[in-house]
Amino acid sequence: MDLLRFSTAGSVDDGKSTLIGRLLFDSKGVFEDQLEAAERSTVNRSAGPIDLSLLTDGLRAEREQGITIDVAYRYFATPKRKFIIADTPGHEQYTRNMATGASTADLAIILIDARYGALVQSRRHTIIASLLKIPQIVIAVNKMDLVGFSHERFLEIQRDFQPFVDQMGFTGVQWIPLSALNGDNVVTCTDVAPWYHGPSLLEHLETVEIAPVDVREDFRFPVQFVIRPNLDFRGFAGLLAAGTLKVGDEVLALPAGTRSKVKQIHTHDANLPQVSAPRCVTVLLEDEIDVSRGDMLVHPQRLPWVKRDFDAQLVWMDATPLDVTRPYLIKHTTRTVRVKIAQLLYRIDTNTLEHVPAETQQLNEISRVRISAAQALYLDSYESNRTTGSFILIDPLTNATVAAGMVVADQPADEQAVSTLSRIDRAAREAHNGHRAQAILLAGTSREAQTQFARALETRLFHRGAQVLVLDTESARGDLAALTATIRLLLSAGLVVLIDLPLDTRAERDALRRALGVDDVVEMLIDAPDSPTNADFHRPVLADCTVPLRRAGLDAATAQAVTWLADQGLFGTHRVVSPGAGI
Amino acid sequence: MSTSAESQSHLQALEDESIFIMREVAAEFERPCLLFSGGKDSIVMLRLAEKAFRPGKFPFPLMHIDTGHNFPEVVAFRDYRAAQLGERLIVRSVEDSIRSGRIVERPGQDNSRNRMQIPTLLDALAEFRFDAVFGGARRDEEKARAKERIYSFRDRHGQWDPKNQRPELWNLYNGRIHNGENIRIFPISNWTELDIWQYIATEQLEIPSIYYAHKRPIVIRNGLVLPISDLLPALPDEIVEERTVRFRTVGDATCTACVESPASDPWQVIEETAVTRITERGATRVDDKVSEASMEDRKRAGYF
Repeated sequence: MDLLRFSTAGSVDDGKSTLIGRLLFDSKGVFEDQLEAAERSTVNRSAGPIDLSLLTDGLRAEREQGITIDVAYRYFATPKRKFIIADTPGHEQYTRNMATGASTADLAIILIDARYGALVQSRRHTIIASLLKIPQIVIAVNKMDLVGFSHERFLEIQRDFQPFVDQMGFTGVQWIPLSALNGDNVVTCTDVAPWYHGPSLLEHLETVEIAPVDVREDFRFPVQFVIRPNLDFRGFAGLLAAGTLKVGDEVLALPAGTRSKVKQIHTHDANLPQVSAPRCVTVLLEDEIDVSRGDMLVHPQRLPWVKRDFDAQLVWMDATPLDVTRPYLIKHTTRTVRVKIAQLLYRIDTNTLEHVPAETQQLNEISRVRISAAQALYLDSYESNRTTGSFILIDPLTNATVAAGMVVADQPADEQAVSTLSRIDRAAREAHNGHRAQAILLAGTSREAQTQFARALETRLFHRGAQVLVLDTESARGDLAALTATIRLLLSAGLVVLIDLPLDTRAERDALRRALGVDDVVEMLIDAPDSPTNADFHRPVLADCTVPLRRAGLDAATAQAVTWLADQGLFGTHRVVSPGAGI
Repeated sequence: MSTSAESQSHLQALEDESIFIMREVAAEFERPCLLFSGGKDSIVMLRLAEKAFRPGKFPFPLMHIDTGHNFPEVVAFRDYRAAQLGERLIVRSVEDSIRSGRIVERPGQDNSRNRMQIPTLLDALAEFRFDAVFGGARRDEEKARAKERIYSFRDRHGQWDPKNQRPELWNLYNGRIHNGENIRIFPISNWTELDIWQYIATEQLEIPSIYYAHKRPIVIRNGLVLPISDLLPALPDEIVEERTVRFRTVGDATCTACVESPASDPWQVIEETAVTRITERGATRVDDKVSEASMEDRKRAGYF
C-alpha cells in the first residue's frame, strides 16, 4: 500500500467540505462519533440531513463563522492506498494556505460548480497548483445534479477551461462530473451520467500514478545531522533528496569541494547496497573529510548550481510586506543563511498569470525576485527538484516564516562557481602558457574606441602566444558578483582577460579591483582626458598605465601596451603591479 | 521494517518523514526532550528515535509527566523500556505539584488530570529549560489537532494560538524562537491509529499488556466501557461485570475507557481498527465530550 497526498481548495459555497466529507464518509474514513458531533452542531444546517462539511471545520472560529481559515489535514485509507488530504480555503486572502497545502501534494482537486463553470477562484487554484508543480490535477465538476447531469453543460465547461489548463504543464488532468451531496461518481460511478465513462473520483485517486521517485544519477544529499558515537562511526544523516546513491559511488562535498567514496549506507534496520530518493539514511565515507550540517554531498560530475545570487518566485505569507532594505534568513534544505531581496522583478497576477510591475509584495501575493545570499546555496530549479529547489524566508526579528520560495529554471548569467574541481591549478596553467593570468580593466574616453582597442590588443597578445579574451561585460547585466566570479574562473584557467566595461563605472571598477585583489588587476587608461570634465573617472592614480591611442594610432598604441605589460612581467614570473607608470 | 527500495510503502514514507523531523530538531535546538508515557504512540516515537540516532545515543532525554492516575502496567513498562534503551528518563509528577500547592484538585467526580498536568509540564519545561518537546500527538485524533502544525509554536506561557501558526511548507520547518519560548514537535502528526498498529506489528514492538484482550471488572456508563479501579470506582447504582476488554489509549486511569475485544495480538487489533466506526478518542476519552472545543481550549492553555 502506498501513500497519495492531495490538496483541495475552495470556499463554503462550492461544496468542497461536502466533497471531502463524502469521501471520508463513503470510504468509512469518518467515525460515528464525529458524525454524532456534526449532528450536535447547529451551524450551516442547509446542506442536507447531516452537514458533511461540519466534519472538517475544526477550530471554534471556523465553526462560529462557518468558514475554513486554515490548512486541515485529513486521513483515510482504502485497501489500495493511504490518503492524506491537505484541505485549504479558496479565497484570495488564503493563497498562502493554498500554497502550503499544495507544497507536499502529488495531486490537486480543482472544484468547479456546474452551474457557474470555471470562476476566478478555480483559475487561481489551478495557477497555484501549477506554480507549486503538483503533477496531477482532477477537475471535479460538482453539483452536476443541479444541472440534471447535462452532458452538454459538462462539455461547455470543458471547452471553456481546458485551453487554460493546457498552458499549465500538468502531467495528468482528469475531468470528473459528480455530485458530492448525493455521492454520485464520488466513490462509485452511479447511473446518473451514462455518457461519462471515466473513473469515479475515488477510483481515480486509488489508481493515478504517483510521480515516480527521482532516480536520476545526479543525487543530492543535504547533510542534516552528524552521528558520531565513537571513533569508528562517523555518519552523515539526512534525507536523500534526489537520485540514487550506491556504496562505492564517488561523492563531492559542497562547499569544501573535497571528494570521497561512499563506504556504507546505514539505516537502523540494515546497511543498504543502494538507496533511492526520498529516503532517510546515514552515509559513511571512505575518507575523513570535513562535512557538517548544511553541507551537501553531490555527484561530482553533476553539480547543482552553487549560487549566492539567484532568481526565485516568492509567495508572501506575512502581514508585514516585503522590505527590500531588510535582511532575511533563508532556510534551504538544511542550510540557513542571511539574504537580501536584491530586486523585486515583478508580481504575478494569480488570476491571470500576468506580470505586474510592483514596488512591494503584500500578504498572499506571488512575485519574482532576485535574491542575494551571504553564502552560496546549492540549488536546483524547483521544476527539477522540489527539495533542492524550495526554500522559506524567515524574519530574523520576529522569527516568523514570511515567505515560501521556488528557484526558477531560467537563472540570470552569473557565477559558474566551482573551478575548484580542476586538478590542474592556476600556477601550472601559467607555466604551461608561458604568461601570467591577468585581468586588465580598460578605461577609455570613448566606448567605441575602447572596444576597438580591446580587440586589437587581444589580437596582438594572441600572436605573442598569450591565451587571451575580451569579456563582454554587458552580458553580466550589471551583476557585479556574477562578473567577479566569471573573471575569477577565467583567471583560474590561466587567461589574460581584457575587461571592456562601460565608461562611467568608477564605483564598479573600484569594487571589481577590491573583489579580485590588487595583484590580479591592472587598469589601463586609453588616452589621458583632454579636459577635466570627467576628472573623477580619470583619476590617474587608479590607472596603472596610460596608452596614447589618439596620438600614436591603434597599431603603435597596442604595441606599446604589450611592451608595457611585458616589462611588468606578464610573460615572466613577476606579477604585473606597477602603479602610475606611463608609456 | 522492510528495507527494499521498490515503490515506497506508506509506512516507510511516514517513518522517513518522522525521522527527518527528529533529526531536524536535534540539529537545530539546544535542549530538546521527548515525552514518553509508556503509551503506544510514545513507544512508536522511541523506535523512530532509535532509527534516527542509532548507533548514537538519543540527543535528548525522555520525560514523563506523571499524573498519578496511571495504569500500573504502563508505568512499569515506561521504566522497563527506558532502561532497556539505556536512555535517561526524567519523571515529574502532578502529585508533587499538588503537594507543593501549584495545583488545586477540582472537587467532585470529574477529577481528570488531563488539565491538571499542564502546570507540572510547564514547570518541568522551565526547570530544564527545554526549548523543543517531542509529543506523540496525531492529527487524526481530533479536529483541533487536524489544524495544528508539526512544529507547534508556544509562547512564554506555553500557549498555542491557532490563528497565528507558522506556515509549514515542504519539509522546511522554522524552529527559530526567542528565549523562554518553546516548540512542541509532533513527528507522527500524519500517522493514524491504524498506521500505529501496523507499525507495532511490522516492527514487533513490545507494548503494555493492557492494549491486548484481558479480563477486567467494568461498568457501562454513558455508553462507554469503564474499567473499575480505586481511581475509578463504580457509582452506587452501577452493576460491575467482568468482561474481556482492551485499551485503545492508556491515559488518565480516571477517565480512560476500554473497548470490549478479544484481540490478543497487533494483527487482530489491526483487523478491528480497520473496521471500527468510532475514533480512538471518541471511544475512550470521557473529558473530550464535555465541550466541542475542549481540546482546542486545553491546547491554548499549554496542553499538548
